[in-house]
Amino acid sequence: MIPTLQLFLVVSVTLFSIGLLAALSRRHAIFILIGIELMLAAASLNFIAFWRFGPQPRPPTGVMIAIFSIAIAAAEAVVGLAMVIAVYRHYRTTNVDQFDRLKG
Amino acid sequence: MTRAIVTNLWLIPAAPLAASLIILSLANSRRSAGAVLAIIGQVVALTLSILAFSLTLQPPGFRAVHNFTWFMFGEQGLRIGWVLDPLAAAMLMMIALVGLCIFIFSIGYMADDKNFTRFFAYLSFFSGAMLGVVIANSLLLLFVCWELVGLASYLLIGFWIEKPSAAAAAKKAFITTRIGDMGFFLGILWLYDRSGTLLFYDDGRGCLENAGLIALGASATFVALLIFCGAVGKSGQFPLHVWLPDAMEGPTPVSALIHAATMVAAGVFLVARVYPLFSLGAINGVTPSLSVVVSIGVITALMASLIAIGQFDIKRILAYSTVSQLGLMMVSLGVGGVAAGMMHLIAHGFFKALLFLGAGSVIHGCDQEHDIRKMGGLRRLMPITFLTYAVGMMALSGMPLFFSGGWTKEEILHATAHWPASRLPYYLMLAGIVLTALYMTRQMIYIFSGNRRAASEHAHESAPVMTMPLIVLASCAIVLSVILTPAWPWLHGYLTGESARFDIAVLIQPTLFVSLALVAAGIALGFAIYRKAAETDPLEDAQPALFRFFENKMWLDELYDRTVIAFTQMAARMSDWTDRNVWDGLVRAFGGMGQIFGSFTTNFDERGINAGVDEATTGTRGIGRVMSAWHSGQIQIYLRAVGVSVLLLLVLYAWLT
Repeated sequence: MIPTLQLFLVVSVTLFSIGLLAALSRRHAIFILIGIELMLAAASLNFIAFWRFGPQPRPPTGVMIAIFSIAIAAAEAVVGLAMVIAVYRHYRTTNVDQFDRLKG
Repeated sequence: MTRAIVTNLWLIPAAPLAASLIILSLANSRRSAGAVLAIIGQVVALTLSILAFSLTLQPPGFRAVHNFTWFMFGEQGLRIGWVLDPLAAAMLMMIALVGLCIFIFSIGYMADDKNFTRFFAYLSFFSGAMLGVVIANSLLLLFVCWELVGLASYLLIGFWIEKPSAAAAAKKAFITTRIGDMGFFLGILWLYDRSGTLLFYDDGRGCLENAGLIALGASATFVALLIFCGAVGKSGQFPLHVWLPDAMEGPTPVSALIHAATMVAAGVFLVARVYPLFSLGAINGVTPSLSVVVSIGVITALMASLIAIGQFDIKRILAYSTVSQLGLMMVSLGVGGVAAGMMHLIAHGFFKALLFLGAGSVIHGCDQEHDIRKMGGLRRLMPITFLTYAVGMMALSGMPLFFSGGWTKEEILHATAHWPASRLPYYLMLAGIVLTALYMTRQMIYIFSGNRRAASEHAHESAPVMTMPLIVLASCAIVLSVILTPAWPWLHGYLTGESARFDIAVLIQPTLFVSLALVAAGIALGFAIYRKAAETDPLEDAQPALFRFFENKMWLDELYDRTVIAFTQMAARMSDWTDRNVWDGLVRAFGGMGQIFGSFTTNFDERGINAGVDEATTGTRGIGRVMSAWHSGQIQIYLRAVGVSVLLLLVLYAWLT
């Protein structure tokens, strides 16, 4: 089976959909973070796939962006997890349904 | 010496006035201190008066003045001052001495009064003000003291202020005399306008001296009559005499002070003081203003004598006798007998004080009973009061030889008999003398003889502090008869500035026998009528209608009620009505317009501007409520919304391209 761009895009879309589904439906804050990480990973996969199947040779721009986005995702995970811990200390729960202080 | 005394003449009124101020500042409970201070003040005044009096004795026609500028207004200075002449000196002596007797008597009479201290403060004030009237050398200063006398009389007549009748009497006295004083004040203004000075004597420039009199000219008659208005008010002359009998509501020593030494004497004194104004341009001793004085005096004297016959209140009888005697004095002044009038004033001061204090003693002994019908038989119970009262009665009736009033009355008759204008006053005066003797005999019989009646059951002689002044005054009334005897017209000469010489022949005059006969006739008539007097008056039985007329004071009070007072009240009611309806209505109309405008703007504000603002805020709040409902606070719902929106955008994008 020859890897084609379509195959990568299908995998990427699947990954994104799973991430989105997780972010939208899970009640646990950490699972939502995981969903967001999945969507980020799908985006990075797209960058690399479009770079790999684009006209060659060219500078590795897609790879650079992917590496940057992985670094940013790591930083984002740090911030997100720290927030989850802070919120947990306050609410004694990680169930996002109960974080409704901003309700109008 | 003379200079020093005249310069410091003000000390005489100042002493009682200062005493009055000090007493007023004392607590009400310091009773003995108050009385002692008042008497000290009066003794000082008496001592200084004697000193001043002794000065005036030597040269005939002595007169010394001390003038100074009180204050400046613009270029003009207002000058006041004091004068010492025989007129002032004799009055000073009389006021100070009679006043002192009354002060001492008051200690006994007012002993049980709760406002004893205040009473003495007022008495001192009264005496001081009157002394001020006497020494004033300026019409303005005289007027000031004159009003102070009026104030003091108001305070004292209304001394028992808790009695409504006393309060009303005080008010009546004040307002009635004020009517006269208005004329007096107008007279002062007119005089100042014409002569430019209010000083009596000022080295030839005063208003009673040549230059001033010439400047006055023909207006002197009007000025004199206006000033006489003041005298009519103060001295209780017809038609302003109505306050004087009502003034009997005050304590008896006050009545004595008002009727003898102060207040009523002020009016007669005033006429005597400004006599040159009255007699200016006299033809044969008659001027229009003097004729008015005579007429008023005659009317007053006769009317008051008649009313006195119909009175039953011991003090009211004396009050009307004062009115009639004052009328007599006015007649005397009017016919040119200034010295005779003043002599009668001085003699009257002593014996009327005696009579009033005697009446006070009787009232005190009879438990505050005033009605002579309820007394009787007091002769044995109150011997000292009886004897001294008898002396006063004789003096008032005008019994000559031994009693002071007789000689002075005879002098007045003498002067009246020679009045060139008319003989009528003379005959009316003779009738007045009979009436005076008649009503005094009536009073004596009712009070002192006959059987004891209701009020005299427990009567007793008064304490020495009350009888001593009676004895002193009675002796004065007798001793004065020696000084006043026409055989040696010393006081007459002293007052007029002529030298007197002894001439026993003057005694034997037709008028002497006439007056003697008339007084005897009056007393005999009195005995004949009232010998068997009981609870009812013999005259009342004989002539009920006439007696009622006299008893009700000739209905003058009622007449004033119906005319002057009714008119005043009507005017007051009309003003009140105008105030309430016209002016109040205008004010209310303006107020109503303001209110209408106010309610209009309120409506505009509420319905227009406020409503708009309210609508805007309600709308905003509604939108806010709807918007806020979208905010669930659930982070995943937001996320779903974002997702759905992106999807929709994608679909839109796909559809558009």
